Amino acid sequence: MTDMTAPLPVIPPGVTNLELLDARDGAFGVKGSGDTSGFGGLVDPRVMPGASQAPFGGWFDEVAEEIELSLAEQGLPFASATEKVVVDRGEITFFVRREHLVAFVRVLRDEPGLRFEMCSGVSGVHYPSDAGRELHAVYHFLSITHNRRIRVEVTAADADPHIPSIVAVYPTCDWHERETWDFFGIVFDGHPALTRIAMPDDWPGHPQRKDYPLGGIPVEYKGATIPPPDQRRSYN
Amino acid sequence: MSTDHVTYGSAGTESTGPGAEDPFAPGYDTTEGRIFNVSGGDWDTISAAPEGEKERIVVNMGPQHPSTHGVLRLILELDGETVTEARCGIGYLHTGIEKNMEFRSWVQGVTFVTRMDYLAPLFNETAYCLAVEKLLGITDDIPERASTIRVMMMELNRVSSHLVALATGGMELGALSAMIYGFRDRELILDIFEMVTGLRMNNAYIRPGGVAQDLPDGAEEKIRDTVKLLRKRLKDTTNLLVDNSIWMGRTVGIGYLDLTGCMALGITGPVLRSTGLPHDLRKSQPYCGYENYDFEVVTETTCDVYGRFLIRVNEMEQSLRIVEQALDRLKPGPVMVADKKIAWPSKLSVGSDGQGNSAEHIKEIMSESMEALIHHFKLVTEGFKVEPGQAYVAIESPRGELGCHVVSSGGTRPYRVHFRDPSFTNLQAVAAMGEGGQVADIIGAVASIDPVMGGVDR
Repeated sequence: MTDMTAPLPVIPPGVTNLELLDARDGAFGVKGSGDTSGFGGLVDPRVMPGASQAPFGGWFDEVAEEIELSLAEQGLPFASATEKVVVDRGEITFFVRREHLVAFVRVLRDEPGLRFEMCSGVSGVHYPSDAGRELHAVYHFLSITHNRRIRVEVTAADADPHIPSIVAVYPTCDWHERETWDFFGIVFDGHPALTRIAMPDDWPGHPQRKDYPLGGIPVEYKGATIPPPDQRRSYN
Repeated sequence: MSTDHVTYGSAGTESTGPGAEDPFAPGYDTTEGRIFNVSGGDWDTISAAPEGEKERIVVNMGPQHPSTHGVLRLILELDGETVTEARCGIGYLHTGIEKNMEFRSWVQGVTFVTRMDYLAPLFNETAYCLAVEKLLGITDDIPERASTIRVMMMELNRVSSHLVALATGGMELGALSAMIYGFRDRELILDIFEMVTGLRMNNAYIRPGGVAQDLPDGAEEKIRDTVKLLRKRLKDTTNLLVDNSIWMGRTVGIGYLDLTGCMALGITGPVLRSTGLPHDLRKSQPYCGYENYDFEVVTETTCDVYGRFLIRVNEMEQSLRIVEQALDRLKPGPVMVADKKIAWPSKLSVGSDGQGNSAEHIKEIMSESMEALIHHFKLVTEGFKVEPGQAYVAIESPRGELGCHVVSSGGTRPYRVHFRDPSFTNLQAVAAMGEGGQVADIIGAVASIDPVMGGVDR
């Protein structure tokens, strides 16, 4: 299905710093037979929203500047702590380098101008096509004082699935990090007891990764057989 | 029938290997094969505690225990009646909903999320739909009538959810009358859900772009009558408990968790509001037009089980206020976005047997319009595409901040859906609330968190 070397005729306007998720071809998921539809030649690149440049608009700039100042006080330049900032659909995402995550979230919590008291937890997303940074951990923070919400995204490679734990800063992430370990295999270094939480302790594999099959058996009804959901024709 | 010996076939003998000693079943060889003796050992040699170690009693409360709200397993370490350590074991109701949604269309996702927190299905649906609408960029295109119906249904759902919280919480602490009357009154609301959505639970009523169908004839009057009846009955039910000295003896000062603890543990909902912080996403970050409704955020300052109980009682009253205002605001109009590619093409109607396709729609696609049939087929089987990106939407569910994080890779299926369920996060407070207290008070503390295991485990 995925053909990463295919030419990409379409680059959406206004997108910089392309982050190619996937490039799909054809239209009906049919492979290995003659193309009678004419859609077989279609190539459709799937690109995540690219990096944004300041000004980000609204209070996003205040937050970004406040973070930059506070990190600078600790001798940590904003550019080395973060990979990029993405503003999309009215939400701001800071891509933080994993080695600086704990310092970053401590600033989020402690700085009076930021005051993100509440962490809504962490979850994972697995992007097998994002080579070298397949595992993304996504954190959402809420500032009740300033009524703001931001997202922090941290990446790690499948080969080195380590991200520092932020339980020491936000104890609420205890179970969330265990869940993300359970489902994605991200190892949160420094977590007090990183054990499985939903799956049995001896379960092999991490079920919500993209390379973990959904499972299921064909169902027969009145002579017709319906394949399990992951083997049905996909229009994706 | 009792036997001292269990005989295995010779194949089994070979696999364990001759002479292999099983520590739990010593065996010996005979001409018929190896014979294992599983009569057990001497209890004293098994249980002999190391010298000088104090006796620890670890009690597994649950996962099959009526007062643990479903399949919650509490692992309690006891010193007499005092809980010295409390841990939760969860995962018994994990159904892989988030994973399954990656293999279904965006619209089908609603059918899955509604089964997460099964006492507040309409909240799950709304959170998911708002997130999908944000990804589609159609948040402002949702018809007003659809938003008003969503608000009305959610608030009715909040009342029914709080009624279960009071009913089961009361039952767990021995107030059985509260249980009987709580479930009786919840039934009134489920009747409304059945009338409007066709189902009492797992409604799949709120869909990306609006709601599945308009209110049926007579629904508004029925809801008005029910609200009136509920006002009276709620007063009767809660009067059984408010100022009841036995109830207060079991709840006042129990399950204490102050604001600092709530903030650190990420606790939201009634537990957070019982510390006096008026944090309610309906007020601070309004969605579905909540800014147009007149209601109060109920708080208490006692930080205990009784305070959370009072908050639920008073929130039900506020919810009924919102329902009445929503009824007044209902104006005729569409209940789905105008974009036909997003609006669910298969028009539904509630038949005498529950939910079904509308006969007119079937007639049109099957015998009048070929194009309508093609579009129906494409949109039902394939669904709509969503531009790549991610969105996080949080709403105020009866239990706190219900967040929905949705990632799209540009296809007709979600790339990843994650629910930040308030029950999951709030359950982390059990240790903080219960340790150092009595075993019996753990029950009250858990009941005041009101966890729903379908939401916790997903």
